[in-house]
Amino acid sequence: MLDTNTPLVEMTDISIAFGGIKAVDHASITLHRGEVVGLLGHNGAGKSTLIKILSGAYRRDAGEIRINGDTASINNPRDAKAYGIETIYQQLAVADNVDAAANLFLGREITTPLGTLDDAAMESRAREVMGRLNPNFRRFKEPVKALSGGQRQSVAIARAILFNARILIMDEPTAALGPQETAQVGELIKQLKSEGIGIFLISHDIHDVFDLADRVVVMKNGQVVGSARTDEVTKDEVLGMIIMGKVPPAAIPGPGAIAG
Amino acid sequence: MAEQHAIATPAHPSSHAQNPLQRFLIATEMDTRLLGMIGALAIIWVGFNIFSGGLFLTPRNLWNLSVQTASVAVMVTGMVLVIVTRNIDLSVGSILGLVGMVMGVMQTQILPVQFGLGLGHPLIWALSLLAGLAVGVGIGALQGSIIAYLKVPAFIVTLGGYLVWRGAAWWVTMGRTVAPMDTTFQLMGGGPAGAVGATWSWVVAAVACAAIVLGLYFGRRQRHRFSFPQRPLWAELALAVIGCGATIAAVWIANAYPWPVRIAENYANARGMAVPEGGLFISHGIAIPVLIALGVGVAMTFLTTRTRFGRYVYAMGGNPEAAELAGINTRWVTVKIFMIMGALCAVAAAISSARLNAATNALGTLDELYVIAAAVIGGTSLAGGVGTIAGALLGALVMQSLQSGMVLMGLDSPLQSIVVGIVLVFAVWLDTLYRRNKY
Repeated sequence: MLDTNTPLVEMTDISIAFGGIKAVDHASITLHRGEVVGLLGHNGAGKSTLIKILSGAYRRDAGEIRINGDTASINNPRDAKAYGIETIYQQLAVADNVDAAANLFLGREITTPLGTLDDAAMESRAREVMGRLNPNFRRFKEPVKALSGGQRQSVAIARAILFNARILIMDEPTAALGPQETAQVGELIKQLKSEGIGIFLISHDIHDVFDLADRVVVMKNGQVVGSARTDEVTKDEVLGMIIMGKVPPAAIPGPGAIAG
Repeated sequence: MAEQHAIATPAHPSSHAQNPLQRFLIATEMDTRLLGMIGALAIIWVGFNIFSGGLFLTPRNLWNLSVQTASVAVMVTGMVLVIVTRNIDLSVGSILGLVGMVMGVMQTQILPVQFGLGLGHPLIWALSLLAGLAVGVGIGALQGSIIAYLKVPAFIVTLGGYLVWRGAAWWVTMGRTVAPMDTTFQLMGGGPAGAVGATWSWVVAAVACAAIVLGLYFGRRQRHRFSFPQRPLWAELALAVIGCGATIAAVWIANAYPWPVRIAENYANARGMAVPEGGLFISHGIAIPVLIALGVGVAMTFLTTRTRFGRYVYAMGGNPEAAELAGINTRWVTVKIFMIMGALCAVAAAISSARLNAATNALGTLDELYVIAAAVIGGTSLAGGVGTIAGALLGALVMQSLQSGMVLMGLDSPLQSIVVGIVLVFAVWLDTLYRRNKY
């Protein structure tokens, strides 16, 4: 078996620039099995960009990604999925015009022995997964367009867990949800964590992630300010990292930390 | 499996509806928009029949209508995929023109003379068609690649193609008309010889009816297997009766249109048959171009609803970014769509040039607009993500019915254009209203 100290994901010295602006500047981040890491920062701090490099939506200019200690080449979303990396995007990446089952299996449809789509099998699996996630969900035959924000989000989450992800990336996972649905997502994250899945939670709102995360990594202006275990720092200290770039004693400073 | 059967199958939503018509519509799960189009088509047909003094609803006119629709019908099935993915193809008429020319030259010059097969060789039609398909697919691949990989908007690429391929068609023979076509090739254009006759038409009807019944049966079995709500049995029966009834009626009409008297006499004389008292009645049956169009329609419906490719096409139209992030190779799918469009243009070119028995420089002029109009009338949304093959085929039939009916009424050609234009805008407005009320 693999050494348990080998991080599941290790991104080292990642940089990407858009037209001269360094969106991510020599950022390094790690994630272990069964760990929830909150990636925090203001809008434009580079957290979404960094994570999109991991999920294959952007190609990095420099740096290295290791999965289970092996160098991974991730150049598009298909590569990322091959490494078991599943992403739930902030802007709810579902196709509005097709139904829930079609969205769940998009890109990985179940086919019959003849190679045609097996819609009944997909709908059956969709009912199973959605039943676990959101028992009130009934509208399997309707285009996703007709669903509420929370229902659409449950489709997006079901999509990620359906395929036994090893690494789950959630970009503002609860931003569009009501309190009850947010609590459901919290339960779900604990369940996935106990199954040994590593999870990145990305948010600009510390309250969304602080209680769920084992560790937080704070970014500012494309650089990592520092990282800290949530049981060793307070919310106010983390806020100080987000706003001022000031690293408390219990945290490990990164290249973006201000001196002193 | 066993425990799945133990769960009570949920009731079908139709059991809640009050009004009998509503209950029928929900129970049969018919597409109300498609029904609306069939209703509109019925109104157009009856209206033209009254205003033309009973000329429209005759076997002869309906048979001709079906043949006239075939070429646009073939192309519109591809245009649905193009428009669903938020693209457009303005070059289909020009591709048709160029491919028609290429196939014409293949069967009159290159194959019989340069390859020495001689005129009338049985392989000529197939080789010409293959050459045409290769050119069509090649053009589609080129245009699709420019759109997908070089990120030039489809409107611009195909606008350029519209000019380029029409010009290229002229260059093939320096504008000279190519005629006559190979005799086997001509069968693809219809006419008394290019129809399958009464017996084979009934065979087609039988196969179609069997397919309808089997499709309903397997659909029902599949729903039962996964304990999904099922349609009531009477609704399934109604669907089977309506589907088979429409098929049989269509074949009956095609068979009710006899060969022209002279042609039938020549045919009888050539075979030494005696011509009976009242003249010889030989049925046309379904025309070969119509069979081709129906076959294309079935194949494309299968492609869009039952394959991964079709699923990706709709997902890309609904949310291109989501499709890309889901790991779909959206660029390659776009190229494939345009390749299919090119192949369908080649099939349409074969039908048009065979029907005309000539390849001319003007073949397919304005077809791009008729094809796009038919797709849009048939419910394909230019905003992307929405559209069906069946709807588009009906749209093509509506367009052709309008034109054919106005010719029968003796309307001037400028007036015909005005009417078609107004109908297009009106139909899309109705569709917008329908969709707004639905969601």
